[in-house]
Amino acid sequence: MNLLQFLSQNRTEVLQLTAEHLWLVGASITLAVLIGIPLGILITRWPILNKPVLGGANIIQTIPSLALFGFLLPAPWIGARADRLAILALTLYALLPLIRNTYTGIKGVDRAVVEAGRGMGMTDGQLLWQVELPLALGVIIAGVRVAAVISIGLATIAAAIGAGGLGEYIFRGLAMVNNQVILAGAIPAATLAILADTSLGWLEKKLSS
Amino acid sequence: MPAGPHPAIQFRNVSYRLNIGYELLRGLNLEVLRGETLVLLGRSGSGKTTTLKLINRLLTQSAGEIFVDGRSLQEWDVIRLRRMIGYVIQETGLFPHFTVARNIGVVPQLEGWSADRIQHRITELLQLVGLEPQLAARYPRELSGGQRQRVGVARALAADPSFLLMDEPFGALDPITRAELQREFQALQKRLGKTVVFVTHDLREAMLLGTRIALMEAGQLVVIKTPDEFARSAEPMVVAYRNAFAT
Repeated sequence: MNLLQFLSQNRTEVLQLTAEHLWLVGASITLAVLIGIPLGILITRWPILNKPVLGGANIIQTIPSLALFGFLLPAPWIGARADRLAILALTLYALLPLIRNTYTGIKGVDRAVVEAGRGMGMTDGQLLWQVELPLALGVIIAGVRVAAVISIGLATIAAAIGAGGLGEYIFRGLAMVNNQVILAGAIPAATLAILADTSLGWLEKKLSS
Repeated sequence: MPAGPHPAIQFRNVSYRLNIGYELLRGLNLEVLRGETLVLLGRSGSGKTTTLKLINRLLTQSAGEIFVDGRSLQEWDVIRLRRMIGYVIQETGLFPHFTVARNIGVVPQLEGWSADRIQHRITELLQLVGLEPQLAARYPRELSGGQRQRVGVARALAADPSFLLMDEPFGALDPITRAELQREFQALQKRLGKTVVFVTHDLREAMLLGTRIALMEAGQLVVIKTPDEFARSAEPMVVAYRNAFAT
């Protein structure tokens, strides 16, 4: 049985696992955007927080993903359901590129432009919303892009704690020593990553020009 | 111009020191009269841009006091202060993601003017600085250097401020465009009678545009003279500056 046959025979399951995968990635990227971008903005305003915030996000990145899933297991509410756990872990991993890109994006806005805005009497909020964020948007989207691609790959490991997603096939295939089944999980996951990368790349280019 | 009882801008014994202790400005005393164009002339690092940025509080002095309209800067609400002071810097200061029209309309929009009134003002200003109305929809990168600088001047004038601070506004232009803008600015200033503080290192520009010229060196004011006096002065620093520009 070749891969295409396998995929078409199991298409309901493939679609369901893809949907689960997208849910894990989509929810965690959304959360990471909601937390990471404000944190990135915050550290441009209070440079004293710069090191602890970026350092913290960096340390999270160095924790092996399986270990992180394990660490979070005893957490109340979160540990009660595997998908919550997976989403939290993926969110934590996605934070670093978002915080860092928001920070560098805003810091990279032409100083003369920022000074002109300030000199014209923009409040800090007006400067942020009308000048800094729009001009940093391309760099911020680049951060979302990196985070999305990493998350799609990492989410396959979430199957190890029973959170579902395309990793199910990969782990099942490993257990069965069946490459076909492994590929049935790996190829759709890779396709998702490529799609996310291309579409966000297009958006990034459009917003940076 | 109504001559108020106070000079428009006054520096009293103002110093500005960086955190590391290096003094960029030392004991500056300076008065800018209402309706005049005071040129701050000096080489790089002489403290002229620092002086300018102290006026709209982009920088805050370490010692001494600065008065605008007779009121100490500390008493001004900084946002109000900045909105009544037009600010023009080298061409890079335009917002690259705004059209020409939106760039010009920034301060009126911040001040909550109606859309109609802003639109009307934009048209008026484009004409005032000699730009064609169809340029309004363009982005700064689609303009020539001279056009960008005109937009910069129009933007600074938008909310009809009584003060203009100009930091080497024509510095990045080619000599021909620069001369053209200098002449136009001179004519404009004759009509508008704003109180202008103009920073430049170019002696010819200072002589052409200044009502008075304040020569600065190493964070201190050397002399303050009208262009005529400046041309005749025997002050060594002035002579040195004149010689550097003699052709």
